[in-house]
Amino acid sequence: MSDFTQHLINGVAAGTIYALVALGYTMVYGVLKLINFAHGDVMMVGAFLGYGVAQKLGYEHQSSLWGVLVIFLAAMIACAVLGFLIERFAYRPLRDKPRLTALITAIGISFTLSYGFQLDFGPLPGAAPRAFPEIISPREWLIVGDRAVVIWNWQVISLAIAIGLMLILQGLVYRTRFGRAMRAVSFDHRTAALMGIPVDRIIALTFMLGSALAAGAGILYAIKDTAIQPLMGLYVGLKAFVAAVIGGIGNVPGAVVGGLLLGLVEEFVVGYSSSSWRDAVAFGFLIVVLLVRPGGLFGRVTAEKV
Amino acid sequence: MRSALAAVLTSCALALVGCEKKASAPPPPSAPSGGTAAAPAGGTPGVTGDTILLGEVGSLTGSEATFGISTRNAIELAIREVNAAGGVKGKKIEIRVYDNQSKPEEAAQAANRLINQDNVLLILGEVASSNSMAMAEKAQPAKVPMISNASTNPKVTEIGDYIFRVCFIDPFQGYVMAKFAHDNLKINKVAVLRDLGSAYSQGLADVFERKFTEMGGKIVARETYTKGSTDFRSQLTAIKRASPDAIYIPGYYNDVGLIARQARELGITAKLMGGDGWDSEKLFELGGAAIEGSYFSNHYSPDDPNPQIQKFIADYKAAFGSVPDSLAALGYDAAKVAVDAIKRAPSFDRAAIRDAIAQTKSFPGVTGNITLDDKRNATKPAVVLEVGKGKTKYVATIAP
Repeated sequence: MSDFTQHLINGVAAGTIYALVALGYTMVYGVLKLINFAHGDVMMVGAFLGYGVAQKLGYEHQSSLWGVLVIFLAAMIACAVLGFLIERFAYRPLRDKPRLTALITAIGISFTLSYGFQLDFGPLPGAAPRAFPEIISPREWLIVGDRAVVIWNWQVISLAIAIGLMLILQGLVYRTRFGRAMRAVSFDHRTAALMGIPVDRIIALTFMLGSALAAGAGILYAIKDTAIQPLMGLYVGLKAFVAAVIGGIGNVPGAVVGGLLLGLVEEFVVGYSSSSWRDAVAFGFLIVVLLVRPGGLFGRVTAEKV
Repeated sequence: MRSALAAVLTSCALALVGCEKKASAPPPPSAPSGGTAAAPAGGTPGVTGDTILLGEVGSLTGSEATFGISTRNAIELAIREVNAAGGVKGKKIEIRVYDNQSKPEEAAQAANRLINQDNVLLILGEVASSNSMAMAEKAQPAKVPMISNASTNPKVTEIGDYIFRVCFIDPFQGYVMAKFAHDNLKINKVAVLRDLGSAYSQGLADVFERKFTEMGGKIVARETYTKGSTDFRSQLTAIKRASPDAIYIPGYYNDVGLIARQARELGITAKLMGGDGWDSEKLFELGGAAIEGSYFSNHYSPDDPNPQIQKFIADYKAAFGSVPDSLAALGYDAAKVAVDAIKRAPSFDRAAIRDAIAQTKSFPGVTGNITLDDKRNATKPAVVLEVGKGKTKYVATIAP
């Protein structure tokens, strides 16, 4: 029983990160019908920026509340700018071209980031993995029984940050003018343009929002797994993409549910059978969901006009 | 929507495949040390008027980058020394290094390029057994001698008679740790956590399990992980249930550091043990306090007072600013063994070089006296090191 609880905690922790990254995929897909494969790598850049800021702050300051806030905000803002640049210079010029062109460009951006960060220039990048500083100094938050289940303060704080970010997003999408515009563009961007919505600006903002979330997810991921390296984004990005599709790509609550489900499924598969089944079950789960509900768990199935 | 999504997914898959191919076509040349052009076809391979060109493939980027970088540094140091002493048979030695991004398929590409395009005399490298095997599959049919510095999986040299190594092999390393756990630590219950995708990790884990059981110990849990994962909590939670005295983790430093932290976080107090894959300065950074007090088997100890070893450490530090790990020590030895063979060989013919390497006897290397046996493996003792704060401490030597 105690290890079941521990697996549950581990699964939720992994799932919230998948969910945060999946949100970026799903929002961009919503407005642009583009799968932004560089998204996982934006997450990696976010983690590296967080690492850089933590280094700059010095050890004494980084674990204070303000330090953590500065680390998150700096990385999220910088990644929002990165997201804007990627959209402006890589995707916007291709908006009227066949969709495959933008997709291949996305993969190109992804490789540029993940391999570019392996080159040794400046203080940040480099191929070797590095330990992420303990920006939340670890303390045991809850101990059950004879240390059978241990919950750490950073696990609770990470979960709170993740939920907080999702709530902010929810508010933005459903309670603001920008959110309404974004949903309109996602519904039909031509009509939205006719109604006077500045489609380009909304798409750019969506990218920035998704990238900022990815940066937050990157830092949470680095806190959880204690190390960062330039290829981390490829793996998490792929899993988050699966989570977004399971939830119904283009659907915001779906991405959260998909992420959590995927995290839990993976955790229990590894915990009770073998790690070699992890990816097989994750992708098998995707296939089953798509067979039963082709639009994903929360997705709408719309007839394609030919 | 259904067909749209299907189309998108298919095209993603296609695009991924396409890009993978494109990306792997030209292995980026990494730091070719100001080389001359390859020898013209027809002449003696790798040998021009006054230079001998050797090739090296290493993991300069990717997940095992520190292995490749320290190997490259040490080989460079060895060659600098040889050239400063007048070179070999009046010729200077040059080395061309290619990166394999820590991937076997890239390693094979790089080996191909060294053999067919650069026409090198012989090839040095790699560290990871999976990569060395990919290279050996190219070197053997082309009859190009290859010396791996640190691949310990037995299969590497079984690929053919042109493939050598200057390190001991997995059965021995697995035996060393089983013996150390049983005789020195006096423990009985061990869990094994292995990297499923690595020939090295599988080899060590298999032998450890067999030997430890033969000695009367018990394997209480068997768990696996796959390269690229950074969350090992599920496996560790399962291991915790079996409450072992120690966990044997024959993986690489980048995974081990995280495993140690996550194990301690879950409240596991068992001792951690491993093999030479742990040996990297990065281990201390990634593992922090969690890895202290763990043991691993290794090729050499920087604490060894032997003047030859201390001179190597001092020279390496002066050149690259860090203490050489055992991969560096082995890289240095691999280069020196190669040079020694070129000196002894009657000609620059690759077959003659191969024979000369095969006859290497008690060559005084920094990782011990190297004698290559008839299976082209080096036989020598191993040391067990304890991980301390930012450095390792010598604990025991275990002979074959």
